[in-house]
Parts: sequence; structure tokens; C-alpha cells
Amino acid sequence: MAETTAKTAATTRESASRTAEKSRTSWITTQLENERVLGYVLLTPAFLLIIVFIAYPFALGTWMALTDKVVGQPGNFIGLANFAKLLDSDIFRTAAWNTVFFTVVATAIKAALGMWLAVLLNRKFSLSRVTRAAVLLPFIVPTVLSTLVWLWMLDGTFSVFNWILRWLWDMEISVFGLVIKEDFGYIRGPNWLGEPSWAMGSIIMANVWRGLPFFAISFLAALQTVPSELYDAADIDGASGWRKFWHVTLPMIKPVAIVVVVFSFVVTFADFQLVYVLTRGGPHNSTHLLATLAYQLSMHAGNLGEGAAAALFMVPLLFVVIVLQLTYLRRIGVD
Amino acid sequence: MAQILLKDLYKTYGETPAVRGINLTIDENEFVVLVGPSGCGKTTTLRMIAGLEHITDGEIYIGERLINDVPPRDRDIAMVFQNYALYPHMTVHENMSFGLRLRKLPKDEIQRRVKEAADILDIGELLARRPKQLSGGQRQRVAMGRAIVRNPEAFLFDEPLSNLDAKLRVQMRTEIKLIHQRVRTTVVYVTHDQVEAMTLADRIVVMNDGIVEQVASPQEMYDNPSTRFVAGFIGSPSMNFLPCKLTGNGSGLSVILSDGIRLNVPADREGRYRDYLDRDLTFGIRPEHLTEQRQHTNADQQDFSCQVGVLEPMGIDTMVFMNIEGEDVCARAAPKSVKNPGEDMLFTIDMQNMHLIDPGTDKVL
Ligand SMILES: Nc1ncnc2c1ncn2[C@@H]1O[C@H](COP(=O)(O)OP(=O)(O)OP(=O)(O)O)[C@@H](O)[C@H]1O
Ligand SMILES: [Mg+2]
Repeated sequence: MAETTAKTAATTRESASRTAEKSRTSWITTQLENERVLGYVLLTPAFLLIIVFIAYPFALGTWMALTDKVVGQPGNFIGLANFAKLLDSDIFRTAAWNTVFFTVVATAIKAALGMWLAVLLNRKFSLSRVTRAAVLLPFIVPTVLSTLVWLWMLDGTFSVFNWILRWLWDMEISVFGLVIKEDFGYIRGPNWLGEPSWAMGSIIMANVWRGLPFFAISFLAALQTVPSELYDAADIDGASGWRKFWHVTLPMIKPVAIVVVVFSFVVTFADFQLVYVLTRGGPHNSTHLLATLAYQLSMHAGNLGEGAAAALFMVPLLFVVIVLQLTYLRRIGVD
Repeated sequence: MAQILLKDLYKTYGETPAVRGINLTIDENEFVVLVGPSGCGKTTTLRMIAGLEHITDGEIYIGERLINDVPPRDRDIAMVFQNYALYPHMTVHENMSFGLRLRKLPKDEIQRRVKEAADILDIGELLARRPKQLSGGQRQRVAMGRAIVRNPEAFLFDEPLSNLDAKLRVQMRTEIKLIHQRVRTTVVYVTHDQVEAMTLADRIVVMNDGIVEQVASPQEMYDNPSTRFVAGFIGSPSMNFLPCKLTGNGSGLSVILSDGIRLNVPADREGRYRDYLDRDLTFGIRPEHLTEQRQHTNADQQDFSCQVGVLEPMGIDTMVFMNIEGEDVCARAAPKSVKNPGEDMLFTIDMQNMHLIDPGTDKVL
């Protein structure tokens, strides 16, 4: 009996609210029912963000690249003169080459080491969860902060690497009286950031250290999507460990791997913080990248137009890379 | 094309035992089906034969060779997986030839074998496609093709048909049997479907809870199950089980199912059952041996009357459910002969197909 009453009450309430709703139906509600309108409404915030933070600065930069604007003065339109001047300057050509070299080498090392790390992390071992979390550490620490630590580790005088090297170098190692390494005497160790080729090696090393977790974790996630039966099938088919990796793992994670590599390529290409903190482009411009050069031209020399032009040179280069890699992705049949 | 021997095979995952001591000899070119309920250890056993699972204890021989520590690739076996496990990035041809290419066979030999297998399986048209572009049945064929081209000592199948719809399953079942007749090889086939087991097997191995309940030919398994579990598992609908009492009736023995139902035991069984006189036992009879009243064809057929409970028409027969002393009993009757629910009906039971089970040991007597 009580149940029936409750049910009736509920029905009454329901119909009452339905009537109220109908009377409140306004123009906005009707419009929002329309999927097209709703779609645009939902897109608007993201669209505004893109305009304000990406499209506007990009357009402004493009405009500045076409003027002779210096800090504090309005610029005049000078066409492509900034670009022509840059192409003609040695320092720009060095920076462009450095950028390509730095990006290709660093990305290649990160991809190779990242894959290796991912395969290791994909195995089950005690503390595997903790290790996986720990691997992410370089990724979490703010770049400037961790780079400052690198600056100390690579310091000409206080470098911990050189300290260890020196310690090992002049140590005599013997096992049961048998000398397997004699005392080689004193060694200074490389001037990590002070010599051009060591400096390039150092910034690549720091970049690899920082970028590795992203590769390792992305590859690890991809590895875990490979169905284990495929490995069983490959075992039965007679594949050794290496062949399983080559014929099963790699093809299976290729789509993810390509996206990761493209993404990292773009980010590495435009790297600024790391180089700026470690070398400021030196010694002798040997580690200048397009990003640091652009910064130097506009902020130090105050030549905003030229700086913007240097930065803009990255766009066509990256565009080509992205188009190439995405075309490949389409070709191997990823929808 | 070799004998496979399992000796005291054990497998435990951590603390959980999955396989608890299996002894089995699979003869050359024999088609053996492992069947049993979910979780009984069929897949585990098969994967140990394949070398995909470490053996906790016991020995496996293929031919004369002890293969406990031989990696899968050196065991010369091929396996068909439940969800096919085709390489998605390879074409059908590449999928089938992968194992041969790894073994560095000459190109024309690979070509020949793939073509031959494709002809047997009728998938010649599909060789250039990727698995994604195939139907379930076609994938199934490709998975079998991948095994056939290898020309292995033994084929292992793990529920290869369970992902197909009912109609295709029946069709592929026939086809597998046909292929086995053409490509004579030792086959170990895992399924949980007893019909599949009955139709395909030279010998059936019924497993339950990690052990082997019985090994026998399909007919033997049906006629003479050795345990209550096998009796209930093989046959569809499954055997009826009723508590009963075995008593003497002057000249011979009879079983008492209820006050009204007292059935005489065939004379040739008396020696077998005499030791169990006056004991509480379980009586088993298959539905097909419990029919509407018919003309008796042997002396051991007897009639009794019971009230009809529920009817389940199947077309060719109607399943008649009744209640005897609290137990549901199913009979298989000709559709025209059945009475309405609630009415009494006369049944004929063929006591030559009766079974008596010791409820203490679950062994069929
Ligand atoms: N990797 C594993 N880790 C732990 N326990 C497992 C593992 N694989 C199987 N088992 C357990 O071992 C027992 C047997 O499993 P198995 O896969 O052999 O069963 P099955 O007979 O093939 O069943 P199904 O018909 O469901 O496939 C089950 O109790 C299962 O839970
Ligand atoms: Mg299984």
C-alpha cells in the first residue's frame, strides 16, 4: 500500500517537472539542441586560447620578421631583407647546421636508448613499478633546475665527471697482487663546456637525459599493447629473442614510435632553455641553435626583426619533417 | 608424426595448482582431444607440450626425445591459437611463410608449401590480404595454414573454433577432420565443447580440476564412463542422476528410485553389482534411454508412470522433464507421444544402459 502511494507521488512529481521544463524552454536551449551549434560553442574556448597564445604571437612574429624593428621603435616594412641578411651570415648558417645536427643526433640516441629502457622495464622484476616511476624523474624536474645541476657537473673546474675520472686515472687497481691497472698519473679531463665539440656533446647528453623518460615511457606503453599471443606464435614459428623484437615488437609499435619521434624531434629542434643555461650558444657559437640565436639577436642585440626571422626559419624545416613522417605513417596504414 | 608422452606432469602457478599429475600417451597420427570444464588445465597442458609454459614437474617426450628444456622453436610442433594470433602487420602469405623464412628454407620450397596449404584450405585468393581484411572463418583458416606449411611432428589446437558462430563452427569442425585425414599428423586438440570432442577425436581425454578423469574413444566414453563427472560431462542433454537403493528381489537385483518406481537390473550386471547390495547408490540414465512407452526390443526394457513437469520441444524430439523424489529427470520422447504437463505419462527405460555410481568415490560401478 505504502509502495503504491510512493509510486504515485513520484509519477506526479515527474510530470510536474516535465511541464515546468517545457515552459522554460528558451531560445538558447533550442539552439544548444542543435549539434552544429553546440559543437561550435564547445570549440570556442580552445579556439580563443589558440588565437591569443599561438596565432597572434605567430602572426606578430611573422610581421616583425618583415620589418627592421628594433627595441623601442616602430619598424618599417623591409620585405625579405632580414632573411637575406641571415642567410648571408656565418653565425646563422652555423646555428642552422647545429640545430639539425643536435636534433638528429639527440633524437636518435633518445629513441635507441628509450627503446632499450622500455624493453627492460617491460619485464617483470621486483620493484618494477618503483623503477618505472623513477625513470620519469628527469621529466618531472623543471628543465632550468635540472640544467643548472648539469652546469655544475660539467663545470670546467668542479666537474664531478672529471673528478671521478681523475680518481680512477691515478688509482692503481690490483687483484691478488696482480696489477690490472697502473697509476696513470694526473689527468685534467675534458673542458666539457669550454671546447666546441665537447660542448656540443655535453648539450646532447643533457638533452638525452631529459628527453629519455618520455621515449621510454611512451615505448613502454606501446609495448604493453602488443598481445602476448603474438610472442607465443613467434616462439612456435621459431623466432629468437632478437627476431621477435625485429619482426613482431617493432612493427607493432611502429605507429606509436613514429608519433613519439616526430613530437620529440619538434621539441628538440626548438630547444632553448637547456642550451641557454649551459652554454649560451658558446664557445664561439659552436652550440648556437636557431632558438638561442633568435633570442640573442632580439633580446641582446635588440634587433627584433632579425630575431623573428631567425626563429621563423624553423617553420619550413619542421614542416618538411612532419609532412614526411606523417605521410609515412599513412602509408604503413594507420588510420 | 610422432608419439607424444606426458609423464606425471605438474604445473603450479605460485601456489595454485593448474595441472596435477597427468599421464598420457598420444600415438603417432592420433587425433586426441582434451576436453573439460573451464579452468581444468587444458590450455596449461597444451602450452607445456608447446614449450610456452615452464613444466613444474614431470616429463614430456616427443618421439624418443625428452623435451622439457627444449625451446618451442626446436620442438617441431605447430600451434593454432584461440584468437588466431596472426601477425597484423603481415599479409596472409607472410603470416604463413614466417616460420619457414626464419628456418631459411629455399624460396621456391616456401612458395610451394604455401600454395599447397592455401589450396587445401581454399584461401588462395586471400594471400595478399592482411588479417584485418579477413572474416573470422578466414582468419581461422590462415591460422591453420600457418601450422600446415610447417609440416610439423604434431599440431596443437587451443579451442580453435570457439570464436566462430555456431554454423561456421560446425562447418570448420568437419573441415578440420577432413584436413586431418589428408595431412596425417599427431593432433592434440583442446576444447570445452563435448560435441566437438566426440565428433573429432580418435581418443578423448576428459580432464577435471587438473587431473585426467578418463581416456577413451568417443563411443567407449559415451557407453562406459568411468566416473560420475565423465558420465555427466559427455552427452547432451546430460545424464540423469538419482539417488537409489539396490535391493534383492528374490531371483535378481533391482533398484528402487521411489515408492512407485522399482526397476530390475539386467541379469548380466548382477555379478558386477552384487557387492553393493542394500547400499545407497546413485542411479544414472541418459535421456535418450528414457523414452515414451514403446514396444520392448529387449527383456531389460521396463515401463513406469510419472507425472509430466515441463516440456521442451526440440523438433525431432521433445524433452520431458519430471520429478522423481525431488530430482529433475529428463526423458527424450517422440513429440506426438507426450502428454500435457500435470498429466501422468508412461515411460520406457532401457536398463541395459543404466549406470550405478558409488556416491562415496564418484566411480561408476
Ligand atoms: N598465468 C597464470 N597465472 C596463474 N594462474 C593461471 C595462469 N594460467 C592459468 N592459471 C590457472 O590455472 C588453471 C588452469 O587454467 P587453464 O588455462 O589451463 O584452463 P583451461 O582448461 O584452458 O580453461 P578454459 O576452458 O577456460 O580455457 C586455472 O585455474 C587458471 O586460473
Ligand atoms: Mg583454455
